[in-house]
Amino acid sequence: MNIIVCMKWTPDTSEADLTVSAAAKDIKKDDLDFDMNDWDRFAIEEAAQIKEKVGGKVTVVSLAPEESEDMLRECLARGADEAFQIWSDQMEGGDGYATASVLSQFIKGRPHDLILTGTLAEDDGAGQLGGMLAAMLDIPSATLVSRIEIKGQKASFVRELEGGLYESMEMDLPCLIAVATGLNEPRFVSIRAVRKVTSIEIPNVGIDEIGIDAGKVGQSGARVEIEQVSLPPEGEGAEIIKGKPEEAAARLAEILKEKGAIG
Amino acid sequence: MNILKPADAPILGAPAPAIAFIILFLSVAFFCYVMFRRLDVLRKAAPDPRFSDIPTRLLRALMYGFGQWRQPRYLGAGILHILLFAGFMILSLRSLTLIGRGFSPTFHIPFLTGSVGFAYESLKDYTVIVVLIVCLIAIVRRAVFHPKRYDHPGTAGHEYEAYVILGLVSALMITDMIHDGSAYRASGVCGEYHWFPAAAFASVFMPSNDPATLNFLHVGGYWAHILFFFGLLNYLPISKHFHVITAIPNVFFSNLNKGTIKPVKYGAVDWMELDQCGVSDLTGFTWKHILDFYSCADCGRCSDNCPANTVGRALSPKMISVKARDYAYEHFPIFDKNSKDPAHEKRLVGDIITEQEIWACTTCGACEAECPILIEYIDKIVDMRRYLTDRGEVPQSLQKPLQQIKKRGNAYGAMKSKRAAWTKDLEEFQVHTLAEGEHSDLLFFVDSCGSFDPRIQEITKSFARIMARNKLDFAILGQEENDSGNEVRRLGEEGLFEQVSGRNIEAFKARNFEEIVAFDPHAFNAIKNDYPEPFKVIHSSQLIYRLLSHGVMSLNGEYLGDRMVTYHDPCYLGRHNGIYEEPRRALKSIPGIRYQEMDRSFSRSFCCSGGGLLLWYENEEEKERMGERRVKMAMEIGAQVIVTACPFCLINIEDAIKTTGNEGKIEVIDLVELIDRSTS
Ligand code: SF4
Ligand code: SF4
Repeated sequence: MNIIVCMKWTPDTSEADLTVSAAAKDIKKDDLDFDMNDWDRFAIEEAAQIKEKVGGKVTVVSLAPEESEDMLRECLARGADEAFQIWSDQMEGGDGYATASVLSQFIKGRPHDLILTGTLAEDDGAGQLGGMLAAMLDIPSATLVSRIEIKGQKASFVRELEGGLYESMEMDLPCLIAVATGLNEPRFVSIRAVRKVTSIEIPNVGIDEIGIDAGKVGQSGARVEIEQVSLPPEGEGAEIIKGKPEEAAARLAEILKEKGAIG
Repeated sequence: MNILKPADAPILGAPAPAIAFIILFLSVAFFCYVMFRRLDVLRKAAPDPRFSDIPTRLLRALMYGFGQWRQPRYLGAGILHILLFAGFMILSLRSLTLIGRGFSPTFHIPFLTGSVGFAYESLKDYTVIVVLIVCLIAIVRRAVFHPKRYDHPGTAGHEYEAYVILGLVSALMITDMIHDGSAYRASGVCGEYHWFPAAAFASVFMPSNDPATLNFLHVGGYWAHILFFFGLLNYLPISKHFHVITAIPNVFFSNLNKGTIKPVKYGAVDWMELDQCGVSDLTGFTWKHILDFYSCADCGRCSDNCPANTVGRALSPKMISVKARDYAYEHFPIFDKNSKDPAHEKRLVGDIITEQEIWACTTCGACEAECPILIEYIDKIVDMRRYLTDRGEVPQSLQKPLQQIKKRGNAYGAMKSKRAAWTKDLEEFQVHTLAEGEHSDLLFFVDSCGSFDPRIQEITKSFARIMARNKLDFAILGQEENDSGNEVRRLGEEGLFEQVSGRNIEAFKARNFEEIVAFDPHAFNAIKNDYPEPFKVIHSSQLIYRLLSHGVMSLNGEYLGDRMVTYHDPCYLGRHNGIYEEPRRALKSIPGIRYQEMDRSFSRSFCCSGGGLLLWYENEEEKERMGERRVKMAMEIGAQVIVTACPFCLINIEDAIKTTGNEGKIEVIDLVELIDRSTS
């Protein structure tokens, strides 16, 4: 069983004051901390658990600059056997399509029975990669998967639908599964666990090693162009309530009353 | 008549001394063999250096062992136990004498002859009566009143052990009375009954002119006594009553380093390189910890005081000892038996002691403060957590804050650069951030909670105000400060603890200061007891008390008015560091304060549910929050203000006041805030 997990390196925007960059095509990322995309954390955990059950090899791969090594090392500590970091400067500014092109080119050359990734990424939330990557590899795929079981040459899985419905399905291997959060309980990675895998080398793979045309990666390989990124306007009726908690609470109650939300 | 002496009465034709010898030899041999098997397990266990500071250890053995110092914390049971223990001490000489009398009818312990011997015989007779009465009371107490703390939830068949032992002790007393009573009756000196009440009482039931019966009772009582005696001796190491033998050594070897956590493995050069980190099996514990398991008397005082147990979490500290001892007896039996298939074996850590139990502990130390024989729990629980953490099995609710500490040095996930943002709210004065090489008298260690939690920032600002108003030269570390690591360590993530504490230590060493001061007892504790380098650190309550006792600060009672005040002892200030008096004295210097202690105060304080990272911990089993229980305790004594000296106690209790619907009726406030508001 060869499992390949695709990881994304995303900025942590939870506690940051977001600002839009000068060209208004992106947010300013210089001051942001980057970390593993939370959805992918469930994908690598699932891979590790499948390996524990049926054996095999887990490979993680990420298209991200050098600083992402911490994330890849953490994946090794979570149970991956090998990790590859794909980056060339030309890859800057790509979209889901460009990323899928690179990853598919990389994966084509190696054995793969199951490809796992998170359904969405925390930053752009586009949810494109899984489907496009599967199409390029010509294998079946599913998204928002909340349970996976490998039965011989098939993967049976459950998808969570709106309204609390579950859908059970089966696909032939090789296939791609984009997981939902919560399909497992990701393990904790201690400092010692990371230290244990420090000796594993994480190869850096560029366009040449992958054998992909520079025109297909990064901005030049992208099919989507971002016109503008902006912060939500302070809409009319939106009011930031200032003051001490008691005053703020009183004001809030007043507004709710005014609008008829409370009697 | 002259009564027949046991040593002179052959048994089935065999001379009595020969029989006495056989019994003595077999019993002692079996006892030694059992003890060898039991202690052999300690030899297989992890190392633990417990031979330092012998004078202190001897003092402890004297005080807690022979002096039974903690017994009266439970007054009734404690008095019974003290009487029983004293009885054992006194009667041990009697037992030796009786064993000797199997060999020679006139055997005496040297010194116990003449009038001293007479006095001892008389004392012994009184003791026999007292011990018998104590045993009867204990049996009735157990059988009729079923004190809850004696239960063994989840494991069967332990209750009867107490009856066996009480029965054996009673039988010893009764056979002694029969033995002596028959001689008393035969001698006919009835005037001495007030010297020998037990013998005299027993003789009432015996015929006066029937030498055959009296001889039979005297000799029969003797041998029965001897058999019960050796029966009891050999029953001890196979039951929970092992404590009769191990308790005093256990107290002697008790932990002298309060407030800190043991290293991952004593003697390991680099614990990170060990095959395994933490404890997964019996022999992974240290020998002293296994001695603890042997020594537990199942009295249940620990669990009775454990806040986790009180609110319905899966944890009962006593049951950790009981289950581990059962496991030890089963897996290291007295006679080897075919071992079971290891694949179907239940694991000690994970199956028998469950993950729920292991994570439910707040490390409050109530159990350790209560145990009469100083059994330790926190180190064991942390050792088991280390094992789980190393395997990645950390509750989901704790993973995120731990990861945040790893990434940003605080569990709040806040940007490092915002660590000193609270200082901007202070208009009256500026808080200086100490640069490398600079000097200030006091280094104020704010810790993550004081830096980022909006409610706790209020305490931070109050404390800064107090220091500024009193013209103290203080400064902060600002961005260079990291989480203290107190809970990181106690959750078993030693590597991360080393990382954050190492950064703080570096920052401390690069600056000059006289003392570190912290208002968070958890940070105070970590710096004081956990950090490998010695730094002088004081708690805010100590600084406040110092200011008050030097007369530089004066207080007024306006803020409190005539409200009734009580003080909640934070675990990491009180139990772990013995600071009980300074906060109380500071409080009592507020003019006109009305003050009342809660029942559970000082070393019996009731944990609010834990500080630091435990604020994030979600427990599904508990029926009530610990803080809610605490609020009720305060309301019961009519308190209107709960003063505490720990930001986490404040948060937990403040929440509990809301969830119990007591807003407006009772308020919780940190000592620092109260002093700030009461300064004129
Ligand atoms: S430290 Fe506190 S919570 Fe933990 S077992 Fe002891 S009493 Fe219970
Ligand atoms: S650990 Fe101590 S307090 Fe708890 S049951 Fe055992 S002897 Fe009693």
